[in-house]
Amino acid sequence: MEDTTTLQFIWFVLISVLWIGYLILEGFDFGVGILFKLIGGDKEERRAILHTIGPVWDGNEVWLLVAGGATFAAFPEWYATLFSGFYLALFVILLALIVRNVGFEMWGKRDSDAWRTGWEWCIALGSLLPALLWGVAWANIISGIPMEPVATNGRESLEYVGNFFDLLSVYTLLGGVASLAIFFAHGALFLEMRTEGELREKAKAVAVKATPVAALLGAVFMAWTLIRQDSLEILSLISAVVAVGGFIVAAVSAKSNPVRAFIGTAAGIAFYFIAQFIDLFPNALVSSISPDFNMSLNMASSTDYTLTVMTVVAVLLVPVVLAYQAWTYWVFRHRVSAEGFGDVKSPLDLLDQKKEAAGGSGSNPGAGGEPAGS
Amino acid sequence: MSSIAMTSLDLARWQFGITTLYHFIFVPLTIGLAFFTAWYQTRWYRTKDEKWLRATRFWGKLMLISFALGVATGIVQEFQFGMNWSEYSRFVGDIFGAPLAMEGLAAFFVESTFLGLWIFGWGRLSPKVHLITMWLVSASTILSAYFILAANSWMQHPVGYELNEATGKVELTSIWAVLTNNTALYAMTHTMLAALLTGGMVIAGISAWHLLRKNEVSVFHSSMRIALPTLAVAGLLTLVVGHFNGVLMTEQQPMKMAAADAVFETESGVGLSLFATGDFEGNPGSTNRNIQMPNALSFIMTGKPDSEVKGINNLNAEYQEKFGPGEYAPIVWISYWSWRIMLGCGFLLALFGLIGWWLNRKDKLTTSPRFLKISMWAASLPFIASAAGWIFTEMGRQPWVVFGLLETENGVSPTVSAGEVWITLVGFTALYGVLAIIAGRLFFKTAGKGPAEVEEGDADKPYLGLAY
Ligand code: HDD
Ligand code: HEM
Ligand code: HEM
Repeated sequence: MEDTTTLQFIWFVLISVLWIGYLILEGFDFGVGILFKLIGGDKEERRAILHTIGPVWDGNEVWLLVAGGATFAAFPEWYATLFSGFYLALFVILLALIVRNVGFEMWGKRDSDAWRTGWEWCIALGSLLPALLWGVAWANIISGIPMEPVATNGRESLEYVGNFFDLLSVYTLLGGVASLAIFFAHGALFLEMRTEGELREKAKAVAVKATPVAALLGAVFMAWTLIRQDSLEILSLISAVVAVGGFIVAAVSAKSNPVRAFIGTAAGIAFYFIAQFIDLFPNALVSSISPDFNMSLNMASSTDYTLTVMTVVAVLLVPVVLAYQAWTYWVFRHRVSAEGFGDVKSPLDLLDQKKEAAGGSGSNPGAGGEPAGS
Repeated sequence: MSSIAMTSLDLARWQFGITTLYHFIFVPLTIGLAFFTAWYQTRWYRTKDEKWLRATRFWGKLMLISFALGVATGIVQEFQFGMNWSEYSRFVGDIFGAPLAMEGLAAFFVESTFLGLWIFGWGRLSPKVHLITMWLVSASTILSAYFILAANSWMQHPVGYELNEATGKVELTSIWAVLTNNTALYAMTHTMLAALLTGGMVIAGISAWHLLRKNEVSVFHSSMRIALPTLAVAGLLTLVVGHFNGVLMTEQQPMKMAAADAVFETESGVGLSLFATGDFEGNPGSTNRNIQMPNALSFIMTGKPDSEVKGINNLNAEYQEKFGPGEYAPIVWISYWSWRIMLGCGFLLALFGLIGWWLNRKDKLTTSPRFLKISMWAASLPFIASAAGWIFTEMGRQPWVVFGLLETENGVSPTVSAGEVWITLVGFTALYGVLAIIAGRLFFKTAGKGPAEVEEGDADKPYLGLAY
């Protein structure tokens, strides 16, 4: 097996960064998507919850699309084997993401309880399933999948030869439950940080209970991951410790300091997956049949020319993307509350509310909005 | 190949065709409406006339519905190459992945982020910055189209690559060649005109519906006055650009053009068949090309009226010599009819644009109920033309998935069973069907309701009518 080249290493790191960015960012909007159904009492609260992630969730999802595109460009064999191998699991994730996306957009477009309830289920399940399944998927990638060489079109490639159920084991299911718990807690902290009033109290109550559970499950999964290693990798041990440390900070500060707690889960998620990426390196996929059938990054990679081109593009564009995404979060930094979305009964009410908003503080984004179903 | 593999191949093809054509219902509509919305918002920014603000929000809302479905269906596109076409992905990954990744980095990030800023930024961003966010959204939809069309054009006309005999895969030698592939530049021009026609016709159709009811005349009359001249120009340009598309295609993929006109034996000075019946088989005389425009085909394909047009049978023999035994012709009747449907829609749209422009100049729009009624129906033409265009382009390339390099049957995922493809095919199609009904109804309801009122000073306040 040949060694990983520098360019391949850079792209492995970049793809890890894209995945981690995706999981931190979409992680909280998965959590918010589930909480939307759980703690959003009435229509106004639910609308307020939606507004905390409204301007950003689509941008968050693009991290996944780019991670997928980058894998295709930099490691085509990885992309091909992984996506055809995890076929049905990926299908479920795609269905979930589709109904979730459409749910966000459609929820407020008609004023009818049945309409909203339907989309609420789409959003909640569409957030829950991927939060669980991405964890299962990554646990599979690092622990190994039934993969062996298969000859097609006169070429031999490493293919996934198991079925859907081979993806489910105690270890991988634990990975899924842990990631679900982590994203759920992460989302609760996000809500606590971004809302005010009663909604904030509810989010806090959930966060206080959810963060210790997330820390515990995360720690168990990390420990099992380390035990599984043939020879312990120091770097992945360090990352695992930092990750669990982050979750513990979150659990301790959930009540008093949501911003610190949120930074705790964000850093925790980053290192939780860094530990997994370190575990995986220098492979793209691990075979549970025989180590001889592992797919190394080198085997999976594009040519140096393509990697160079893509490196130039990434160096030019990634900083710009980071800058304007950060700016969006800055523009929408105000807190949201359900009161801002009080039911508008008549055009006169609407006028009143607008006057208030004009005179009032900038923390009231809902006032002046049209009634639901506009 | 065994019969099982054949089945999963067929299913994967159906799946690709269905999901991609469905995605492309929304794509040109989003691109077109985003452009017109930015234009209307610019009018408002310049004139501060309330009708433009109302037009911006009204068309913007319809754009958002289309956008939501474009995004939801786009995710499937991104993953299905790996899921259903893993051998294809391995073979072309070194080349094809690059524009796809660039599309994400350069376009999708801008699109999604700035759309969020636009929707939620009313009254929060300064009017100028807010206007810029809309133009950035429009520009990024166009940029994303360019990258994906560059990828698709590489499949039609591979350039800037080398076949590595050892690995049996293609390798990129010049990204510049891929991004400036003449096929891509032509396809881009043609597709952007198609998007303008789609957005413009939808605006014309919905405006006509309201004008017929004397509803919100100032908003809809103004919307139309911008859409109609654009339609006339885009319609005429489509005819011209489409012609050059055809010339280039004949050079690069002569078989596609031979099939488009069901020319089986090489002839000179060939007429353009307008209507044909028969079995579209190679036995002479079986296809009745009975209504013809003399010499027109030769002219369209090469720019000269009496030049030679190669026939399907002759090309097939040529290809067999070059690529080995096999059948190298696409399904002729599909090429023949999809080509005619696109062209027919193209001529009708150009005609419609000209009449509309003329009525508009004479200021007779609101007094021409017949034209307004026709507008409503004509709005379906660009959708039909785009679907026909893609069916023609993609199926006319068969049996190749990458022309001259990889046959479609060798691109499919070997380890995915027919049963699995069935599940996803039925799953996606059913979900898409349900979404089509829900989103379609919402679209028409929103369109029928007309623009929302605005109050004095509203423009500077947060506005949630476009959000949730
Ligand atoms: C000519 C234009 C065009 C073509 C041929 C395609 N698309 Fe597309 N796509 C767009 C033009 C576009 C767009 C205008 O940028 C969309 C449509 C609506 C939207 O929201 O963005 C979009 C959305 C969109 C998204 C969601 C982006 C987001 O979240 O913002 C993805 C992942 C793809 N597309 C991927 C694809 C792939 C893999 C295609 C090839 C099979 C494809 N599209 C064909
Ligand atoms: C980068 C872009 C694209 C790629 C890589 C691509 C690739 C493919 C592949 C692999 C197939 C399967 C072979 C086959 O079914 O014949 C196919 C077929 C097809 N594609 Fe594309 N395509 C692209 C863009 C599009 C777009 C944008 C559309 C239009 C909406 C489109 C429409 C179709 C259709 C209609 C078929 C025929 C399905 C069938 O044969 O049953 N394609 N394309
Ligand atoms: C009479 C006018 C038209 C002519 C001569 C024409 C010509 C062509 C040609 C030659 C192609 C195939 C390109 C290739 O395979 O390499 C094509 C594709 C296509 N056409 Fe048209 N076309 C016309 C009108 C239209 C209209 C009105 C629309 C939509 C509003 C449209 C949408 C498309 C699309 C979406 C494709 C596939 C993308 C591409 O390959 O560019 N066309 N057209």
